[in-house]
Amino acid sequence: MTNPINLAFKKAKEEKRPALVTYTVAGDSSKKQSLEILKSISNYADILELGVPHNTPVADGGQIQTSAYRAIKNGIKMNDIFKIARDFKKIKNSKPIIFMGYYNMIYQYGENKFIKNCKTSGVNGLIVVDLPWPENKFFSKKCKKNSINFIQLLSPTTSKKRLKSITKDSHDMIYYISMLSTTGGKLKVSPKRILNNYYKIKKISPKKNCVIGFGITEKTISSFKKADGLVVGSQICKEITRSLNNRQNPVINVSKMVNKLKKKIS
Amino acid sequence: MKLKKRIPVIDQGDKFGFWGGKFGGNFVPETLKKPIEDLESQFNKLKNDKKFIYERDKYFKNWIGVPTRFIKLNNLTTYIGGAQIWSKVVSDANGGAHKIYNATVHCLLAKRSGKKVIIGDTGAGYAGKMLSMAAKKFGLKCKIFMGAKDIERQQPNVRAMKKNGADVIPVYSGSQTLVDAVSECMRYWVANCDTTAMCVGSTVGPAIFVRICGWSTSQISRELKRQLLDEFGAIPKKLKLYNCVGGGSSSFGFWNEFMDYDKKQVEFIGVEAGGPSKSKKHAAPLTYGSKIGILHGAAQYVNQNSDGQIEETESISAGLDYPGISPLHCFLKDAKRARYTAASDEEALKAYQIVTKYENLRPSLEPSHAFSVAIKEAKKLSKDTIVVINSCGDAYKDKKILEKKLGKKYDKSN
Ligand SMILES: Cc1ncc(COP(=O)(O)O)c(C=O)c1O
Repeated sequence: MTNPINLAFKKAKEEKRPALVTYTVAGDSSKKQSLEILKSISNYADILELGVPHNTPVADGGQIQTSAYRAIKNGIKMNDIFKIARDFKKIKNSKPIIFMGYYNMIYQYGENKFIKNCKTSGVNGLIVVDLPWPENKFFSKKCKKNSINFIQLLSPTTSKKRLKSITKDSHDMIYYISMLSTTGGKLKVSPKRILNNYYKIKKISPKKNCVIGFGITEKTISSFKKADGLVVGSQICKEITRSLNNRQNPVINVSKMVNKLKKKIS
Repeated sequence: MKLKKRIPVIDQGDKFGFWGGKFGGNFVPETLKKPIEDLESQFNKLKNDKKFIYERDKYFKNWIGVPTRFIKLNNLTTYIGGAQIWSKVVSDANGGAHKIYNATVHCLLAKRSGKKVIIGDTGAGYAGKMLSMAAKKFGLKCKIFMGAKDIERQQPNVRAMKKNGADVIPVYSGSQTLVDAVSECMRYWVANCDTTAMCVGSTVGPAIFVRICGWSTSQISRELKRQLLDEFGAIPKKLKLYNCVGGGSSSFGFWNEFMDYDKKQVEFIGVEAGGPSKSKKHAAPLTYGSKIGILHGAAQYVNQNSDGQIEETESISAGLDYPGISPLHCFLKDAKRARYTAASDEEALKAYQIVTKYENLRPSLEPSHAFSVAIKEAKKLSKDTIVVINSCGDAYKDKKILEKKLGKKYDKSN
């Protein structure tokens, strides 16, 4: 059986557009609301990244930090996050879901138990920000055995030699970090240069689906239509914050935004 | 878990940077892999390079001012009536604390790799102050990340950083203390690692930073060993080395040269911050049995909840107010080479009062934690036991806290 992540890319390709990957934080601003957000944005997004909030996130900028701290303050726990995934997966034609987080959350939960719960909750992939290659070899193998995509990250600082080894050990999907930045940084490199690097990766590893993330917003997304997939995170988190501050419904505002993003790449 | 003899502890990690197979490592975003590898290969080469060592020693001698004094605290010894009490006055070093060694070495490395900017974290403000001094000395631009709470409580050091031309960037996230400053500094590095060098202010962070810092502060024990030989003709038969432990850089440096001695001869006692005696919060992961977790790129014992969220700490001393602890100390603890305990805020204050009453010495709140335990234990020790406390910081930076807590004006001249 082809896995749901690959199917999502395949479907987007048939529609001649990149797959739209969204990132929201589990439990932001509450358990219930983050599930509602997932449900409503899944009308437009192809793959849903669900952030596992951590209170010492060394690679996240202000917007995602704000979402994460809000979720933690509202009491989100690891088991609640699995439940959100499970509940989301109960809806008809649900989209693939990827957990994104920091290794300590997995380490404390126990690697095996974490993977098992991912499986039973319908989580299709994992991005672990601070578990780079080759340190992740062992864990990523375990994921693969359990049909969970371990998504390797690549960055502008990744050497060609490293790139080859990492893509070789990667599963179906890889993630290219567009620039030197935490999440939420402004695009400081031209789309052309980013795409050039992206093509280098595609040349080495043509069969893997490669998404581009960091600095992708409503403003910039249409410059990257050639990519297999595009990740939008901070702008969505910021929209949740803005909605809450203006006493508006984040669910409605965020789905409007994701709808617009989708239109821009369709 | 076992220490190897005749191999520096900083070099006892495996190829992934784990000490004892499980402490340390490199839990970092992909973007930092390359700058970390570059720094590793640079450091591995230079640490055995005669020219580089010569350069380091030249700056240590002429600029930092080594050796710092090793003195007997006669009045305190009489007052306690047990072991002989000595102190290694590391606060003699230029800038007033041990943080100058690591800052100097990082600036030397940054200079050689052609970096123009150096960034660093700070809690008590000493790491930041020293980095700003060294950056100025070597013509580097400097940015210091510091928790807003620490900026408030360590003003003298903040003023010094600014005077040296550093940008002091307040960090408002989380508990607004050292842990948040280190996170924010790492974030800045992720976004600027192509042009900017990073200095981590203690023996924490990804393995290479642990190693560079431990290598740098080891100057302290190199001096102490010579001073002990000069004073006693041999390393004393019963020697006890007390040091406060925040991230662990001053304690590691204070002990390093004595690693291979039997602990019955040279015992290491690390004193963590127990926090206010009435509070459940503390900064003593080794003493209070915290579980292993990942913080700032390294596996270590760290205060956290069952989910893996890092817990807030509390301590009167900004320099010890950190939820984690160096992988080196986790290793020394599990290898049973060092013993760890804690002193509360109140105990540290009390020790500060005792030391300043009897001696012409003003340990800051961090080493006051070590004095507290040393004073308590020395009472029960024989007269031929040599107790040495590393007085690794000067209290001037704590002026505001001391005046508030002790209800009297801080007087520099005792
Ligand atoms: C005077 C002093 N002592 C001790 C410490 C604790 O750090 P470490 O354990 O790395 O020596 C600090 C940290 O800021 C400090 O300023």
